[in-house]
Amino acid sequence: MHDLAQQIVSGLATGSIFASMALALVLIYRAMGIINFAQGEMAMFTTYIAWQLAQTGMPLWAAFGLTIAIAFVGGVLLERIVIRPVEGAPPLTAVIVTLGLLITFNGLAGWFWGYIVKSFPTPFPTTPLQIAGVAFSAQDVGVIVVSLFTLGLISLFFQKTKLGLAMRAAALYPEQSRVLGIRVGWMLALGWGLASVVGAISGIMIAPVVFLDPNMMQSVIVYAFAAAVLGGIESPIGAVVGGLILGVVINLLGTYVEAIGNELRLAAALAIIVLVLVVRPAGLFGRVAVHRV
Amino acid sequence: MSSRGGMLTRVAIAAIVIAVIPWIVPSFLVFDLIFVAAFTIAILGLIVLTGMNGQISLGHGAFMALGGYVVAVLAHNAGWPYWLGVPLAAIASGAFGVLIGLVALRLEGVYLALATFSLAVATPSFLKHYKSITGGFGGMSLDPVQAPAWAHMDGQHWLYYVAWAVAGAAFLASALLVHGKLGRALRALRDNPIAAISFGVNPYYYKTLAFGWSAVLAGVAGAFYAIPTAYVSPDTFTVALSITLLIGAVLGGITTFWGALAGGLVVEFLPMLAQRVNAGAPGVTYGVALVLVMLFLPDGIVGGFMRAVRRIRPAPAHRSAFETPAATP
Amino acid sequence: MKRTVRKAAIGILAAAFALTVTGGTVTPAFAADPGLTDTEIVLGGTHPFSGPASAYGNIGKGIGAYFEYVNDHGGVNGRKIKWIDKDDGYSPPQAVQLVHQMVEQDHVFAIFDTLGTAVNTALRPYLNQNNIPHLFVATGATTWGKDYQKFPWTIGWQPDYQAEAVLYAQDVLREHPKAKIGVIYQNDDYGEDMNTGLKKGLGSHQNMIVKMASYETSDPNVSSQISTLKAAGCDTLMNFATPKFAIQSMVAAAQQSWKPVTYLNNVANAIPYMRAAAKAGGPSAVAGIITTYYLKDPANHSRYAGDKGMKLYEEIMTKYIPSGDKEDGNYLYGVSIAYTMVDVLKKAGRDLTRKKVMDVAANFTEKDNPLVYPGVVIRTSPNFRFPITQMITAKWLGTDWSPTGVLVDTRSTTTAATK
Repeated sequence: MHDLAQQIVSGLATGSIFASMALALVLIYRAMGIINFAQGEMAMFTTYIAWQLAQTGMPLWAAFGLTIAIAFVGGVLLERIVIRPVEGAPPLTAVIVTLGLLITFNGLAGWFWGYIVKSFPTPFPTTPLQIAGVAFSAQDVGVIVVSLFTLGLISLFFQKTKLGLAMRAAALYPEQSRVLGIRVGWMLALGWGLASVVGAISGIMIAPVVFLDPNMMQSVIVYAFAAAVLGGIESPIGAVVGGLILGVVINLLGTYVEAIGNELRLAAALAIIVLVLVVRPAGLFGRVAVHRV
Repeated sequence: MSSRGGMLTRVAIAAIVIAVIPWIVPSFLVFDLIFVAAFTIAILGLIVLTGMNGQISLGHGAFMALGGYVVAVLAHNAGWPYWLGVPLAAIASGAFGVLIGLVALRLEGVYLALATFSLAVATPSFLKHYKSITGGFGGMSLDPVQAPAWAHMDGQHWLYYVAWAVAGAAFLASALLVHGKLGRALRALRDNPIAAISFGVNPYYYKTLAFGWSAVLAGVAGAFYAIPTAYVSPDTFTVALSITLLIGAVLGGITTFWGALAGGLVVEFLPMLAQRVNAGAPGVTYGVALVLVMLFLPDGIVGGFMRAVRRIRPAPAHRSAFETPAATP
Repeated sequence: MKRTVRKAAIGILAAAFALTVTGGTVTPAFAADPGLTDTEIVLGGTHPFSGPASAYGNIGKGIGAYFEYVNDHGGVNGRKIKWIDKDDGYSPPQAVQLVHQMVEQDHVFAIFDTLGTAVNTALRPYLNQNNIPHLFVATGATTWGKDYQKFPWTIGWQPDYQAEAVLYAQDVLREHPKAKIGVIYQNDDYGEDMNTGLKKGLGSHQNMIVKMASYETSDPNVSSQISTLKAAGCDTLMNFATPKFAIQSMVAAAQQSWKPVTYLNNVANAIPYMRAAAKAGGPSAVAGIITTYYLKDPANHSRYAGDKGMKLYEEIMTKYIPSGDKEDGNYLYGVSIAYTMVDVLKKAGRDLTRKKVMDVAANFTEKDNPLVYPGVVIRTSPNFRFPITQMITAKWLGTDWSPTGVLVDTRSTTTAATK
């Protein structure tokens, strides 16, 4: 029983890692209808920037703030320089561009910072916590709280601010928006900047748990992709819920289903997701049928 | 010159070049070109599926794994010759493809991409899990190919010709499939599914068929990936392989069969060229090259080439079996 | 007509492209074995410089640095070493293609330090059929030392994994005979080898193993596995994980307030990793952990202050890889194994043949490798082809590994383990 509770709690902690990354994927998808496969590597890269800033002795929160600013500018620039030119091209072209970015950022990080696994400073205390015998860390709680907080901010931004509404309009009805005077191109760039910021926050939260190395996001992005699609690729809430479900399910499958074990738990979880999709082709929280990748 | 005549000339030239190359290039390159043949066959399958039918697959490495392992298991555990293993690999992979194709009927766009991606992610785990059949992590070593005595060439050259002959057959069969009723149905389903269905095109049948055929090709490709390596292991068929195939298809040009050839060459040689530019961090060069090619040739190498040709010499638009109208999958 | 000309031109262009990709051909100056001239010897290797295993690419760079150093100091018996090192991305088909090119195009004299068990398993038949030395492969699977009769041209270098695990088993039996052992291991050939060694070392006491939990390299973290082992009542942890996951295991155990006696495998014991674990999980996460060594640790500055070998290493790094992180043990591994390679070439003499080099590699003693743990002797004989068999057990005390006891030679257990 004890063990079960422990597995669920650590599943939620891992799931919140997927959730925060999935959120960034959903943002880009909503803005332009593509999956940004480079999202994980962009987050990894900005996390290295945060690490580098912290190494200089800058206070942690200041380093994080500066990193987030850099991430925003970087995301906007990336959209302007490499995504914009392929906007009119078949969507798969943009997908390959993001794969190219993935490979580039991964190589650059190894080139600049080497491959030794590094610890990443955490803003939370490291002393273990316990409630009724179930152990967890302040970091785990931090990741979940920050993910939910980010989700809340994003929802507010899209529903309550003019800019947020303009961005949604630009994504859904680019032609009409243009007529209404919305600068659609800049809205898309802002979308990239925003997703890049969410990715940077997620990287900073994740790094103390998975540790900093150039490949830290390569597995996370797979899970985040699965979580985002499970939740419904256009739904931020779906991304978070999908991530948490996935985290708990893989732990339970790995621990309690003898025939699956740790070896096949990812395969089994993915099979379950595919089955869910067969029943609900737009994911748990999705509504509209989607025709693009 | 009629379009068919033009096509025949092009095909004949390609065939002659392919036949002559082994006698003018160094032996290691002949070896590399066997892998190009394998990639070309697999990418051709993706072009049929994604380019012509609009179904995205991020998981064709899984079908290559199935094909490669069928040949390897039969050769390694039962001593079956490769010429028997390859057709069986095609059948097994095709059957599995039809099965996955049935699931794919329910999914579209990014959801299908995830489903196929999952397949690729799970493949190494399954290969590791069923040790008694697959040899587990250690994989299986295979015997090198021997040429028959009448061929008067070494095994490597022999395998080269066999691989490219099979690639040629794959092109021909795909062209016949796509040229006829099937091709019209596939394109109609891609471009305007509702109209197509109202005209009596059965989408389930054709979409599943496209998936199955692309899996057949991937299975054959897997066999020709495993045989020259003379070794299979879970590490051989990772997610990276599936992604490489998609990169090859898009970079080559997903709207025409010639894109498969260009894609095969690119995925084989681009990483090697990237190393020459920057030996310390080849990934950076490779990644930047991918981005640049897409920025300047958004419809792939063959697409860009054809645009350049048309600009120089505007010709009446003709369509052959090898060219399909621009697809927006 | 014009069109046909254009098409022919395209065909020729395609052929020309194929030719340019090949580059120039290196022809040996005299009819000895390939890859040898009066002034040069060509060695080839592959490492992952891209993809998920890129960390090991630094081994190749370390090797390159040492060869440059040797070349700048007169070379080997009057010959300079030309080192061709390519990126295989840790993929067997990729490595096979590169090695074909090295053998058939670059005419390498020998293949040296190809990395990874799967990669080398794929390369071995080809190199043995063509009588090409396949020297000091960078993997500790037992097969490299064990199967020399079938593959006489292949030899390993580092201690084999099974022997290392046997050492941990012996230590447990001696120090904690009532231990309830939990194992976390990477689900691949490496983990399997470690588990085999552990079971062999425990012998009739295998029931001491209470629970085994595997992880995949695609897992984001291993906290679930650690809770499973804790819940099973284990009080001793065999940490058979690669660096990132080993660190995560140590930290997860600390966070779950689980304090088992921990044995940490050699692949993950570099001091920077221990520091990372201590930072994230507190000093108690690493205190008292037991491991084994056979190389010097470049991050252990206090222990090796003034050490001649370490001075050489730092000199080489400063001169040839100035931007490299000196504390990265992969560089040191590369320099150390390249030292052995050069030593073998020296001992094979000026009149080199592939056969001669292979004979020396399979029958030599090297006592002066500057970067192995002091006292470790690298030794092979025609019927014992495990070059490094000595290891030292060490315990993490405070901020550093402290050797416990003396250097152990696993020769006897290695032979036993491979039977």
